[in-house]
Amino acid sequence: MLAMILKEFRQVRRDKRTLAMMIMLPIMLLIVFGYAARFDIPEIRTAVLGPAADQAARALQEPFDVVEIDPSATAETAETLLRDGDAVVAIVTGEDPTVYVDGTELFTAQSALRRAGALPDDVAVEILFNPDLSTSAVMVPALIGLVLLAMGTVVTSLGVVRERQDGTLEQLAVMPLRPRDVIAGKIAPYFLVGLVDLAVITIVGLWLFDVPFRGSVLAFAAGVFLFLFAVLGIGVLISTLSRTQGEAIQLAIMTLLPQVLLSGMIFPLYSMPPGIRWIAYLLPLTYFTMIARGIFLKATPLDALAFPYLALVVLAVVVFGIAVLRFRRDLAPARSRPVEEVSM
Amino acid sequence: MTWGVRDLTVDYGAARALDGVTVAAPAGEVTVVVGGDGAGKSTLLRVLAGIPVPHRGEVSRPDPRRIAFVPTGSGTIQDLTVAENLDFVARAYRLRHWRERADRLLERTDLASFRDRLGRELSGGMRQKLGVIMGMLPSPDLIVLDEPTTGVDPVSRSEVWRLLAAAAGEQAALLVASTYLDEAERASTVVVLHRGRVLLSGTPAQVSSSLAGSIVDVDRPSDPSLAWPRGARWREWRPGGDPGGVRPDLEDVVIAASLAVEEGPS
Repeated sequence: MLAMILKEFRQVRRDKRTLAMMIMLPIMLLIVFGYAARFDIPEIRTAVLGPAADQAARALQEPFDVVEIDPSATAETAETLLRDGDAVVAIVTGEDPTVYVDGTELFTAQSALRRAGALPDDVAVEILFNPDLSTSAVMVPALIGLVLLAMGTVVTSLGVVRERQDGTLEQLAVMPLRPRDVIAGKIAPYFLVGLVDLAVITIVGLWLFDVPFRGSVLAFAAGVFLFLFAVLGIGVLISTLSRTQGEAIQLAIMTLLPQVLLSGMIFPLYSMPPGIRWIAYLLPLTYFTMIARGIFLKATPLDALAFPYLALVVLAVVVFGIAVLRFRRDLAPARSRPVEEVSM
Repeated sequence: MTWGVRDLTVDYGAARALDGVTVAAPAGEVTVVVGGDGAGKSTLLRVLAGIPVPHRGEVSRPDPRRIAFVPTGSGTIQDLTVAENLDFVARAYRLRHWRERADRLLERTDLASFRDRLGRELSGGMRQKLGVIMGMLPSPDLIVLDEPTTGVDPVSRSEVWRLLAAAAGEQAALLVASTYLDEAERASTVVVLHRGRVLLSGTPAQVSSSLAGSIVDVDRPSDPSLAWPRGARWREWRPGGDPGGVRPDLEDVVIAASLAVEEGPS
């Protein structure tokens, strides 16, 4: 037994990457998730509209954070602001004072509703987009992204590593294939499988959990397309960073965990401290969640989702760019060298 | 056409893998690079094949479309069938009218009836033969093979060598790394690498006759540092010569030359 224990200790000691991960990762995860995993809502982005907007805004106290005051706006504006994600609560003052709450922001909506209990009786409260505050309606669109992410990152990350372990990567380097040909070839099947996967889980999700789909299918397809690119790009990048399939899976899981907790899928982004929130903005699932919830539940128009679409484009380009560069370094420089005849 | 490297030096960190190595691989010939583990064979092959390895020195190789590399372990793709492996190569090299050639190569190596068998289901020898066929399929000008017969049974080794000879017959230049000295006898040129340097090079006959001193066959060596077992007996290198010497074969010469470098006598 001692022989076995000693062998394992020696192997673990030499596997510096795993060792570092075992020691550093728990500390990092605890700190990041400790700050991110908050059910309390420190601020509720609120728009105050209608003739008495200024007065009502002054009366609001924490956690209501007034992001817009517009005395000329109406209930229609309130719905637009909530649909486009500019505010979570819109208070419309006037003859029929009404508080509109975005039901897709589950925790924030619940927090706002608790406080709405103290309002005078003549103030109506209306929950938009998810009136029953259904958890499934909020979670399923984001979960579709998570499932794609888990499948796409892990499976793709194994692709290049397998070539390296089988000893065929160098053969590919010698073949007249460009690095981008190799990457495109690697992701094409997973991209197709990802699309089929997505169609199936979306249909099952809608049917099984009775989640509405109110927006444009095309807009959703565009979001999925960009998201898949970013996800598969991360997989390929991990693949170029890993020496073994075990390492690739470890790294893939490392990228999955933060996305689960930091993407806004469970905890609202703006309840996280700014130091943690910027990590969320580097994660593709954050933007997929914005797009999917917006399209499924609020029929958010394309222009209001421009930022998440653009962010996914940037992420996909950056991640793929790095992956191709790493591939080029591993596979291609020899091609660019001038080949001179050597007289022997 | 002759491909090859001149004054090639490769460093892996502080360790020098190749030190001023010059090797030529002429068209229509099989050049075998022999040497022990860590001699620098694979590094030499990788540089010549065009795999990115930081190096100094001149390298002469054909256009990527005209090179094939057969890595250690054959380079066959385990999850593809024999036919699919060949199809992949044909597409990667954008070959036309390749099926007839593939069929001929498969027939010649008795792999024709295994077209639908997965790479991982082939025996070691079959896999190596498929690897060589994959290298030959595009009719490249240069085929670089890293130990294509390691771990292969004697019959398959012989078949692999027949394939290599056929490739040379098609005017390809072949550079083959091997740990088997008996294989080097089949080559047009043998290059003996030792600790990153060319120890000996020439035709097998030239290399065999290049040794200074003589080799004796003894029951018990007089100087164990200059002796190596051969069957139940010993061979011993006598740097100063010995009238009772035997006619050395390539194995004797390579070992003696390595000992000369290690032990220092000249």
